[in-house]
Amino acid sequence: MTKSLTRRDFIKGASAMTAIATLPISMVELVFADSSLNFTFAHISDSHIQQIKGTKFVRNWDRGLIRAVAETNLLNPKPDFVIYGGDLAQLGSKPELDRGAEIMSALNYKIYYSMGEHDYYEDLGEYWSKLFGKHYYSFDHKGVHFVVLNSILTYDEWTYNRWPTGKQRMLEMAGIDNPNGSPFMVGEKQRDWLRQDLANINKSTPLVVISHSPLQKIWRGWNFWTEDAEEVQALLKPFKKTTVIYGHVHQIQYNQIGNISFHAVMATAWPWPYPATYAQAEQYLPKITVPMNRADPFQERDATGWQFINMANGNIDLHYTLYDNARRIVAFNTITGQPEDMGYQAENKRIPPQSHY
Amino acid sequence: MKRIKRQRFGAIMLVIVTLPCWVIPAMADEFTQEDLTRWSGEYMTVVKQGRKVFTDGKLGTNGVSCGQCHPNASNTHPETYPKFQKQLGEVVAIWEMINWCIRNPLEGKDLAADDPRMTALQAYISHERRGVKLEPGKH
Repeated sequence: MTKSLTRRDFIKGASAMTAIATLPISMVELVFADSSLNFTFAHISDSHIQQIKGTKFVRNWDRGLIRAVAETNLLNPKPDFVIYGGDLAQLGSKPELDRGAEIMSALNYKIYYSMGEHDYYEDLGEYWSKLFGKHYYSFDHKGVHFVVLNSILTYDEWTYNRWPTGKQRMLEMAGIDNPNGSPFMVGEKQRDWLRQDLANINKSTPLVVISHSPLQKIWRGWNFWTEDAEEVQALLKPFKKTTVIYGHVHQIQYNQIGNISFHAVMATAWPWPYPATYAQAEQYLPKITVPMNRADPFQERDATGWQFINMANGNIDLHYTLYDNARRIVAFNTITGQPEDMGYQAENKRIPPQSHY
Repeated sequence: MKRIKRQRFGAIMLVIVTLPCWVIPAMADEFTQEDLTRWSGEYMTVVKQGRKVFTDGKLGTNGVSCGQCHPNASNTHPETYPKFQKQLGEVVAIWEMINWCIRNPLEGKDLAADDPRMTALQAYISHERRGVKLEPGKH
């Protein structure tokens, strides 16, 4: 039985961990009034295990996931569980999902999986379900209600009628800049389920929503987008403390809309540029986001990583593990009522590597 | 008498040699709107080929495509080349950096600077970055 974690314990633990081969660790720290309810969980996402041929897979993406799994196993204190944020496979094939599941099986914790579009569009998640279970579900943990959504669905016509084969459909959705793609959504059926799931939850219970797509409308061109974002946010609105943790974007993003905090996680596979670096269209990033450092392509794992999330007081502190970079911590500021980068939020604290163009 | 014949001969030759200029319009630097449309079309064809090479995963040996890390060729910064590429330790033009990517994340072999695929890649990358001001040397 783990004793409750005080801030001092956390810092001691963190420095002990740094001593262990400079482990990068994303610690999300929430401060609950009742410290016995403090807990931590890890979040690994966007591994994109990619088959070349037969038993040959892209070594680069394999290494990213293997490293995240190995480091998560070394965490001390241990996280209560691990979330997998989606896009385990690159093209959702059985060999890719099997290989991803095999690498993940080395984790010494319970894993809650969520669906990404790269897992889904070949066979609409049929094999994924055999490995990992339901496409969307909820669970409770130490007084927090977790909801895991499948937020990468799209219009029925595109899903069922547009493409001659599942493989083709997957290829068309695989490129985020492919004009043949289609916007992500949670969809009416799942929103109905969510409404019913939340109906009996006390409005002061902290809520954490695990989603692959951002549940916001950030940039449609690269599907950093959820078509029914407003409808989903409306369902979350009544809850005083809600956090959405999303994958898909492969970069640091965070935002606050009303009482909902949004946090993006890193990919273990590769980083993506910020939408503002595309010159031919105007797009926006949440205003409060301090970008991550520009990726150095010569360091294979640069701007990839995973996260450790600490829950206390119903909001999260998210620590990004960034290999070869200074750790980044985005924590909820109870005074301003929004997430804040612990090192770089103020304009005068920004550094040159954070300017992207 | 001989001089007058030579002069007349010279005058006649002058007329004959310059005759084409009297019947065919000047070709060197006059071009029409149709020419511009045709040349622009040639360029866009190569841009489209470049997009295909950029996204089809066939440049290297592992199926990884440029587009996986560079949606719409973002983060390629053609307007900053040539520049000192810190990781290569010298000033390079963009095609050398493209080759670095082909060798490393794509695990493939260099393309020659004038390989049609390299030209097409550069055309596509530049096209997606059109309008951005030139800043060679910028990191």
